[in-house]
Amino acid sequence: MTIKEIQNEIVEEFSLFEDWKQRYEYIIELGKSIELINPNYKTDSNLIKGCQSKLWLHAELSRGKIIYTADSEGIITKGIAAILIRAFSNQAPLDIINSDVKFIDEIGLKEHLSPTRANGLISMIRQLKYYALAFSKKE
Amino acid sequence: MRFDINKIRDEFPILKRKVNGYPFVYLDNAATSQKPKAVIDSIVNYYSNYNSNIHRGIHTVSQEATDAYENARHIIQTHFNIKHSHEIIFTSGTTHSINLVANGFENLLNHEDEILISGLEHHSNIVPWQMMCQKNKAQIKVIPMNENGELNFSIFEKLLSKKTKLVFVTHISNALGTINPIKEIIQKAHEVGAVVLVDGAQACSHFKTDLQELNADFYTTSAHKLCGPTGIGMLYGKEEWLKKMPPYQGGGEMISNVTFEKTTYAELPHKFEAGTPNIVGAIGFGEAINYLNKIGFDNIKNHESNLLKYATKKLKMIPNIKIYGDYIDKTSVISFNIGEIHSYDIGAILDKFGIAVRTGQHCAQPIMDYFKISGTVRVSFSFYNTIEEIDYLHKSLLRAVSMLS
Repeated sequence: MTIKEIQNEIVEEFSLFEDWKQRYEYIIELGKSIELINPNYKTDSNLIKGCQSKLWLHAELSRGKIIYTADSEGIITKGIAAILIRAFSNQAPLDIINSDVKFIDEIGLKEHLSPTRANGLISMIRQLKYYALAFSKKE
Repeated sequence: MRFDINKIRDEFPILKRKVNGYPFVYLDNAATSQKPKAVIDSIVNYYSNYNSNIHRGIHTVSQEATDAYENARHIIQTHFNIKHSHEIIFTSGTTHSINLVANGFENLLNHEDEILISGLEHHSNIVPWQMMCQKNKAQIKVIPMNENGELNFSIFEKLLSKKTKLVFVTHISNALGTINPIKEIIQKAHEVGAVVLVDGAQACSHFKTDLQELNADFYTTSAHKLCGPTGIGMLYGKEEWLKKMPPYQGGGEMISNVTFEKTTYAELPHKFEAGTPNIVGAIGFGEAINYLNKIGFDNIKNHESNLLKYATKKLKMIPNIKIYGDYIDKTSVISFNIGEIHSYDIGAILDKFGIAVRTGQHCAQPIMDYFKISGTVRVSFSFYNTIEEIDYLHKSLLRAVSMLS
């Protein structure tokens, strides 16, 4: 599936929820099923800045596609990271660079996109794209 | 005055709003306080009716503004029982005040001197001294805290020596609410001839402090913590020390005579109030102090202590809760974690329920390192909070825990 198709799928899943409690419960659920980072990569250099709960992100290139893995001390941050990984992992670097994150707004998490929020979502998106940019140059 | 909680809450417009569809429950009072109508009105009144620059104007409105600004200084003087009104410097707040003193002492200390800082300090209270010590090479020593979140007084006494020139200590810890034994600290420090600066940012909303009785050399607070506006605070300094310190910033107001060769500095307090000051801030600050005195600090203390007792009892009913700094003499602050749940997660869910709390390190990383935790959830109560709000907090915490577990 393309990034856009996956994002649409996520938006559709979230549209079933009636209130924020159900949305958050789902995010927490997703956090538990995240593509976990190899503990060896849980280093300070892989920490995403701006998170109140520590968030580690790792990326590697496998057959022309980027595989992202992450972990966080906080379950909500972990859930949001899981959503982003689902949307962007296993895609080609150029496709990741050219994609947008409007779907975050559509699933009712707009508040998390504010740069002043202490969850580092913006920093994480930036880091996902930096990795894509770096890998696109290597190819 | 009788303490009528409903009447008091009516005076705070913001308490009527909703957040995320729920009534707003504000439990982040240690970060900043909400503002009563009296303070808001004083700000609107200033800009609507007598906005002017002060001190130099010969016109009527400038005189009115000058009078109001200086009246605020007078209100502060009376409230803190300060000997001379010129010992009060208006600053932008506590951080500015501390920088002003650190700058003033830069040339008064050298590499043989030591300064003592409490291990309960807010970041803002540590960095200015590190910057000062980089320049004059004085040594910083830290007074450690014990597991209850109190300063270790016997180590403090051991650290004191003839080399100790300055002691910097917070009246109340912002992360835990610990009330430090300031009076004893000042007495001991004075015995070795050291100067004491007390950070009163967390204290002044909870009780009244008599600065002559306390005998601190410097004392600072921020208006926004005690129902006043942001961007204004005060530095109290004993006249002898304020005279010894050089001016902090150059500009208008702080000079008496300027030629290209030499400038003569103005008398206190204007020597430290360069440029057009925060006139409306000072007026709002004075109004806030008047407002709190009208409610009465005995009433405030009584109500806040009831809230603290009730909330502590209620929160302890939550399984796996750990409260930090529980058995201490403290203000109405509860810092806690629940099981393995990250403080940020709890804060995010409480926010969705309309409850404002603080999570994380509270600008006090040394304290968090001591407990080996990444942060806490901090709830801090003010006199306008209610028992019902605590019940709602308790209920919401249980729901947050069930969502997050």
